[in-house]
Amino acid sequence: MATGVRGGLRLDAHKERSTEQALRPASAVETLVMPLDQHAGAAAVPLVKPGERILRGQPIAEPGGAISAWLHSPASGTVAAIEPRPAPHRLGAPSLSIVVANDGRDERVAESARQPFEQLAPEQLREIIGRGGIVGLGGAVFPTAAKLSSARKGHDVRLLINGAECEPYISCDDILMRERAHDVVFGARALMHALAAQTCVIAIEDDTPQAASALGAAIADAHDARVQLRRVASIYPAGGERQLITAIFDVEVPSGGLPADVNTVCLNVGTAAAVAHWVRDGQPLTNRIVTITGDGVLEQRNLEVPLGTPLAALIYDCGGYTGRMSRLIMGGSMMGQSLPHDDMPVIKATNCVIAASALDLQPRAAEMPCIRCGNCAEVCPAMLLPQQLHWYALGRNLDELETHGLMDCIECGCCDYVCPSQIPLAERFRDMKPALLERLAARNSADAARVRFDARTARLERIENERLAALAKKRQELAKKSS
Amino acid sequence: MLPALLTMVGLAAAAGAAAALATRRSSDNQERLIDEIDALLPQTQCGRCTFSGCRPYATALANSEADINQCPPGGHATAIALAKLLGREPKPVDPRFGSVPVHPLVAWIDESACIGCLKCIQACPVDAIVGASRFMHTVIAEQCTGCELCIPPCPVDCIIMRPAPA
Repeated sequence: MATGVRGGLRLDAHKERSTEQALRPASAVETLVMPLDQHAGAAAVPLVKPGERILRGQPIAEPGGAISAWLHSPASGTVAAIEPRPAPHRLGAPSLSIVVANDGRDERVAESARQPFEQLAPEQLREIIGRGGIVGLGGAVFPTAAKLSSARKGHDVRLLINGAECEPYISCDDILMRERAHDVVFGARALMHALAAQTCVIAIEDDTPQAASALGAAIADAHDARVQLRRVASIYPAGGERQLITAIFDVEVPSGGLPADVNTVCLNVGTAAAVAHWVRDGQPLTNRIVTITGDGVLEQRNLEVPLGTPLAALIYDCGGYTGRMSRLIMGGSMMGQSLPHDDMPVIKATNCVIAASALDLQPRAAEMPCIRCGNCAEVCPAMLLPQQLHWYALGRNLDELETHGLMDCIECGCCDYVCPSQIPLAERFRDMKPALLERLAARNSADAARVRFDARTARLERIENERLAALAKKRQELAKKSS
Repeated sequence: MLPALLTMVGLAAAAGAAAALATRRSSDNQERLIDEIDALLPQTQCGRCTFSGCRPYATALANSEADINQCPPGGHATAIALAKLLGREPKPVDPRFGSVPVHPLVAWIDESACIGCLKCIQACPVDAIVGASRFMHTVIAEQCTGCELCIPPCPVDCIIMRPAPA
């Protein structure tokens, strides 16, 4: 069984900075901002009107499409406005949001008695999980109910719970596994039931001993032999969905395919814990754990934060900025995005906020020409040839970008990191993807048009043949009658 | 005498079989080439190339009975791709076959004027119009290829081309 990861890098994790202190809830804030499009897929549609009184946990927006998610109020209070506000997932561009004025009373929706999940049918449980507003908390924020339904019917599905938090600086999953391992295991078992899966692997990196022992104890307490704990080498990006599936199950997710194609559903440990809070305790997804770290903030730690809390309030909660603060990043140091300011809310995707000083940032010199050293190809975990992709991206050669597998690039940034010429490769690949996607979409719609055209041609032919046959039959009958 | 005759007959039979096989293989190759050409065409089925659809045009191209620059919806990119595939000299789309659209357009039915005559539905080559006799018709914008074949049959001129929705 393969346990290694192809390519990748051993990086300084910088996680111990934020895991020394225990998890604590963030201080309450007066105004919470909930962008309606904070999950993958269609934006949610508001269910409330400005001025309306709402309770914590009350649904405030419903899914706007098949792939979309519910939103719940993170606090009790009133709806102050529904208006565009700067959103971190749009790098500060405004996005329609529900603004909640917190009254500080923390009144919750009355909890209805919950049936144990074992008594529900898998479809029912999937529907319930969808109603909890649960999306993938690893960063992709894909609606969990839609992912669970993507699993192929009639196959043995494996559940992979991803606790391999490979990106430097981020430690929200580590702290969750240390302090709330029982929630993770409960959520994993509920998700297995929702999938009718018979096996579940919780994968963690081998440099997280506390998390491993906590999870081991929780699995032992659950008395469920179907759940196992596996450790993978802590190499970035071991926790990438495709990379982890290959490391654990020794199968490769096909190019252009989904984990469902190899009968696997991969979900983050945070997602599993959110499922536990909803399915067991009736608490929808209204808060998440966020790592606040970097040399630019006084106190580096993990906070449990109500969604919609401004990033500025988190920094304040952690003692404020230090004089060395130079750049605010949402996400990890490799794949995170720079934010222009901190007046933006925590959303479901916010796993980490780095207030980076110059010490945290990779110093970048001016870009030099590619010398074709091939380092990038050695570290690429997706087995691509970044040096070739680079040429084709410069020439905007979509044909070659497609054949060289641009769409398989996971934008992990390993190629940038090792490039001696300081070429921002991942950024360049990210920029080229929309053009290629547009072309692939055009091809798909042409293929669909061909199928419809062929079906129509066949239908017209069949109708004509039927008409001729009926005519011939009538002629025959007439001839019989007259004879 | 007999061995010589047998040899001759045997040789003739072998040559015949080889020829038959080669013919079949070349027709297989031809089919494959037509598939490859068809995959490059935009599948609007608009007939602007003077053939009755994309596949007939692909067949004509494979048989060297048509030029590579007859597909305005595909634009210059398609002409270049065809030239590359067929090893011919690239050239821009011949304006005699129609102008290359700058933005993708789709048909739109003014539903207040539609009389429900079914004529556009019968003309649509890709089943992108829904409606029934004496009921309002509408275009499924995502499935419309912009071939414009529905426009001439409309007796009340209630169909116009509009930019495709994003």
